[in-house]
Amino acid sequence: MALLQISEPGMSAAPHQHKLAVGIDLGTTNSLVATVKSGMATVLQDEHGHALLPSVVRYMPEGDVVVGHDAQAQQSADPVNTIASAKRFMGRSLKDIADRAHIPYNFVDSSNATKLLQIQTRAGLKTPVEISAEILKTLKARAEKSLGGDLIGVVITVPAYFDDAQRQATKDAARLAGLNVLRLLNEPTAAAVAYGLDNAAEGTFVIYDLGGGTFDVSILKLTKGVFEVLATNGDSALGGDDFDHRIYCWVLDRIRESTSDFNPLSENDTRLLLTKARQAKEWLTDNHEAQIVCRLNNGLLVDVTLSATQFVEFTQQLVIKTLAPTRKAMRDAQLTLEDIKGVVLVGGATRMPQVRHAVEEYFKQTPLTNLDPDKVVALGAAIQANALVGNRSEDDLLLLDVTPLSLGLETMGGLVERIIPRNSTLPVARAQDFTTYKDGQTAMSIQVVQGERELVADCRSLARFELRGIPPMAAGAARIRVTFQVDADGLLSVSAREQTNGVEAHVVVKPSYGLSEDEITHMLKSSFGSAEADKVARMLAEARVSAGAIINSVTLALAADSHLISEQEKQAIETEIQNLQTISQAEDAAAINKAVDALNHATEAFAAARMNASVSHALSGKNLDSINL
Amino acid sequence: MSLNYFELFGLEPIFNIELAALESNFRKIQSESHPDRFVTAPAAEKLSAMQQATLANEAYLSLKNPANRAKYLLELQGITAISETNTAMPTDFLMQQMEWREATEDAVSAKDITALDSLLAEIRVEAKSLQDSLTSLLDVQKDYTAATDATRKLIFIDKVSEDINRAIEQIDI
Repeated sequence: MALLQISEPGMSAAPHQHKLAVGIDLGTTNSLVATVKSGMATVLQDEHGHALLPSVVRYMPEGDVVVGHDAQAQQSADPVNTIASAKRFMGRSLKDIADRAHIPYNFVDSSNATKLLQIQTRAGLKTPVEISAEILKTLKARAEKSLGGDLIGVVITVPAYFDDAQRQATKDAARLAGLNVLRLLNEPTAAAVAYGLDNAAEGTFVIYDLGGGTFDVSILKLTKGVFEVLATNGDSALGGDDFDHRIYCWVLDRIRESTSDFNPLSENDTRLLLTKARQAKEWLTDNHEAQIVCRLNNGLLVDVTLSATQFVEFTQQLVIKTLAPTRKAMRDAQLTLEDIKGVVLVGGATRMPQVRHAVEEYFKQTPLTNLDPDKVVALGAAIQANALVGNRSEDDLLLLDVTPLSLGLETMGGLVERIIPRNSTLPVARAQDFTTYKDGQTAMSIQVVQGERELVADCRSLARFELRGIPPMAAGAARIRVTFQVDADGLLSVSAREQTNGVEAHVVVKPSYGLSEDEITHMLKSSFGSAEADKVARMLAEARVSAGAIINSVTLALAADSHLISEQEKQAIETEIQNLQTISQAEDAAAINKAVDALNHATEAFAAARMNASVSHALSGKNLDSINL
Repeated sequence: MSLNYFELFGLEPIFNIELAALESNFRKIQSESHPDRFVTAPAAEKLSAMQQATLANEAYLSLKNPANRAKYLLELQGITAISETNTAMPTDFLMQQMEWREATEDAVSAKDITALDSLLAEIRVEAKSLQDSLTSLLDVQKDYTAATDATRKLIFIDKVSEDINRAIEQIDI
């Protein structure tokens, strides 16, 4: 199809130039960045040849920030300023973190229970969004150095089971890192893309993705470059970290058995033992027993031996916990085990033999492990990024993903009215009519929730907003239509409209668990720290680039398809183009942006007409194909 | 300009559609209109892609599921299968439904997933026979009164299946 080639801010408009786009796997334990070079997806390494960047951020006394291996090495020495696994806290308030007693950070107890949690470090209060932004900045720098230019955009992967708040937090982190997010991509879908294209796979596949902190299972149908997610399920607080934690608890029990005067561990010792636990877990993948030896701060020597059998035994419940979501996904997809062509294992935690056995036993087939479970997600994201910016010449990659959790509204009695069921293919919009329950009621409070339970109290509240100005009527007479729209990133926006007089309220679901626009702007300002003049120049340059891009694109569209609209409509568009060209000469970024919006608005009907034409053209082609078959 | 769902997918408006053609035309449309194709396009094009892709998903869902498809075909005939004033069901069908509901409750209290699964299988057989009669009623006899009754039964049956699936989810943890 005629996809228009549009150059991005900072890039030249050369039509067939390879555009720099990367995929980022922002993991709980490790993060990676990958790109497509000469048709091959490859993970980019740092100057020491490391592909994996440990997702650990350390705030230094001098004010620097260290990310990755060096930060990880100092975890035990400086636990409160060295934050690992920040992904587990994304889009979460403190009360959501069940095991915080065992996490050696200074969480700040906000008076507002639904507020994003914060961690006190020597660099001040930090949100998980800011901590994740540091990881993203490091990967951005690695990619730009390695590819030798500015990135046009990135695809960032998220667990399929991430809810709206967690997705929004991820997008905010990217914005803080100065990245243009082309798409948030579900991790299992990314893995399926990398696996499917690599193996020319066709049929129904299960992606079982047990990462450091999250578990996802997705079932996809692969047909000729189309990746259609049939169902997804998971647990956004279950992963390899939990296995470490079980070992840690087991070691604590052994210490308690061996000594009478056992004091609570210091933060440093907690971190030390957690690190030893992780090493023991990894060792047990290929060995029958692991020795855990270390000396605690108080002089106590820990020396215990953990057998693989014991490890399997006390982590059995964790493995079983992954099977319930797996069964749910199978039911939702209405499939039986015989329908499954292959099971792909993703995530470092699937290296554990007991996990592999459990998967094999359930699906009655040997899981596929021929791709590196640590890298497959980043590679898939890179392939998607490359396709999104238009580098891929064949137009044959299409990902049809779903929303993982049902979306609904609170109705009378604290009950949830489901509007969009889970596993709906994206993008999706659904409307529902509501009415008033009191005579003369003029306002209505709308609470948006996400989850599968019947009661509002058991679901996650995403936002609450008010529709005011409903004309006073008898109870039940008003008609309020609430529309939910979930976009291709899995992000929700909600609008409500009173049907009789058109009072409207629109929210992009963000407030209750997210950072406000003001907070982000403030963080961006303080991170740039540049002079006001620089900022003005930068905004002007960006406005001019986007003006040039849209003029170029609309001019091309008019040249190809102006027969689809009336002469009058065509002239209206041309007038807006001229107007924008004139305004772009001046130095006013706001005016340019306004003229861009005006041109966009003027072309809406034209864009819709072109869309219809391209769809019907595609179908007529298809019908001929089926006759030939 | 405003196409019905069958026209959108280039299909004849019948109940017994060729699912493979529906699926392949759905993909064809999504290949043209999915927002992924317009990531770097101007806002107006992004908007029309989002609207078209959303419509295609909605239409696909309506035609893929037999109960929804029958309901939609009746709508094209100006008939609302399920309305507030039209709730009467034959007694034998209501009895059948009550039996299913009771069996579901018993199985739930016994936490018996196998029983719930076999209940689902039983219901699928019933649904299949309703679908067969809908093919004849809608496509051959054009008997929309009888088709409306069958469609409503199919919608009720879908609801029972959905409730059983939910029940399974509650006990399968």
